[in-house]
Amino acid sequence: MAGVLTITTMIAGFLLGYVYRSTAEARDKASSDKLVGAISQVVSGFDNDPVASKTTVTAGSSQVTIYPATHDGRLIGCAAESSSDNGFSGKITIVAGFDPDGNILGYEVTSHAETPGLGAKMNDWFRGSGSRSVIGRNPSSRPLKVSKDGGEVDGITAATISSRAFLEALNTASEGAMTYFRQSTENK
Amino acid sequence: MNFFKTIYHSAVLENPTFVLLLGMCPTLGTTSSAINGMSMGLATTGVLICSNAAISGIKNLVPDKVRIPVYIVVIATFVTLLQMLLQAYAPALNDSLGIFIPLIVVNCILLGRAEAFASRHNVASSVADGIGSGLGFTVALTLLGACRELLGSGSIASLSIYPESWGALLFILAPGAFIMLGFLIAIYRYLQAKSTKKRQA
Amino acid sequence: MLEYLAIIITAIFVNNIVFAQFLGICPFLGVSSRLTNATGMGIAVTVVMVISTLVTSLLQNYVLVPLQMEYMQTILFILVIAALVQMLEIIMKKVSPALYVALGVFLPLITTNCAVLGVAIMVTQKGMSLTQSVVYAFATAIGFLMALVIFAGIREQLELADVPRPMRGVPIALITAGILAMAFMGFAGIG
Repeated sequence: MAGVLTITTMIAGFLLGYVYRSTAEARDKASSDKLVGAISQVVSGFDNDPVASKTTVTAGSSQVTIYPATHDGRLIGCAAESSSDNGFSGKITIVAGFDPDGNILGYEVTSHAETPGLGAKMNDWFRGSGSRSVIGRNPSSRPLKVSKDGGEVDGITAATISSRAFLEALNTASEGAMTYFRQSTENK
Repeated sequence: MNFFKTIYHSAVLENPTFVLLLGMCPTLGTTSSAINGMSMGLATTGVLICSNAAISGIKNLVPDKVRIPVYIVVIATFVTLLQMLLQAYAPALNDSLGIFIPLIVVNCILLGRAEAFASRHNVASSVADGIGSGLGFTVALTLLGACRELLGSGSIASLSIYPESWGALLFILAPGAFIMLGFLIAIYRYLQAKSTKKRQA
Repeated sequence: MLEYLAIIITAIFVNNIVFAQFLGICPFLGVSSRLTNATGMGIAVTVVMVISTLVTSLLQNYVLVPLQMEYMQTILFILVIAALVQMLEIIMKKVSPALYVALGVFLPLITTNCAVLGVAIMVTQKGMSLTQSVVYAFATAIGFLMALVIFAGIREQLELADVPRPMRGVPIALITAGILAMAFMGFAGIG
């Protein structure tokens, strides 16, 4: 009796293991496509391969991955990948683009588990109009905060925790990007 | 039973959402928009058709006592397969449905149909029942999603009908899900009662 | 300590499993017409949720991750929950027949309670430590118990109300749940 259950579970295990391995490539490709897509969304005008020249910098207590964007060998900005663990339902990972002055060029939320229809709206919300938008802002001079906390960005309605976590990830990304810009000018 | 009759019976007369009241969690949790609701419905339908077919196929090999655990393993296998395929080929969809994908395992519709239908009928009728129940579920979720999206953000499937600022955000949020579903079930019952009365007259 | 307090308050009020996360709706609607049943179900869920989260977190950290078999998560977790429920039923029958009479009937229903599997999966997704996971599971279950008891209390009163025929039963219960969920939204932002 228990044998039937064991056999069923083993068949299921082998089947899943097989599919897991055979879709591994497609899954990796899906996530790398997503990364490349996100980088080209947030910075533009580069002629190098940002993923090939990626480096990691430390910002506060976390690591930020930097994808430098250059044109004719001149640094025109970078995409920074960072995350926050303080989302409503766990980790939020974003890729944000910065110009060499630290202005936000664009962002993409690459992974999150926020509530659909609420926190999940952050991928569109913060490029909306007026004080919702973070595009063009410069967190390196003053970290971004939601208006509820006395900041200048309007958080997502009824999803303040998600909004805070998003801005936290964005501020970390900015810190990482600025560290990277400083390092690369010092090296010259 | 006729293939299409089974579909009709499972989709309309025994609609999993409006009549049997099964699978309430994804019904409420993933219907903040019409597209989300439909995706969840189709994902569940896919698993339901496969698990119904598999369970109907193995029903004579499984001793009665371990029947339920074996069904659960079969269903969980198809759910995990679906999850892997979504991660590989539709990562955006996988992200937007989130935890409700693995939770298809405990959707009462699947175990309910396995126990009440697939374990007693042949593979073809079980597939028909899977399609019917799945369709009934998908239509219900899409309808609920569309109503909530329309009232909440003034659009259906992201097509704007009226300005977003006129919408009542409440319907996108948790309370709106409960309230909207309550009204839809009441309307379904009313229409069903009316059509039965007409048939009797 | 403060960290655990935050987890508890968030799980019970702000992020209530029923009203904010839409998990465990089936027993919420099914077993809430009588206050005594609701209390029984809530306590049974609490016991199962805490034990199952403890076991599944251990399995996740010490078996699935080292073996790189995370893809077996869903199957393994649901089997663990089903087995646990069976075992609890047997133990309860032997040790405390009185308790079995009170809670036993709810146990088989818990296997397909998506809140139990949901919490087990969520703590691994959130990367919580073992203690955090157990505290979270306990607090979530208390939130469930509370939602169930409040709702059952309201439903007992609701039976006396004159409700239009098609709205009777589940539809009016759902609308009531919606109003309760609205009340719970007031907790948003705490924690």
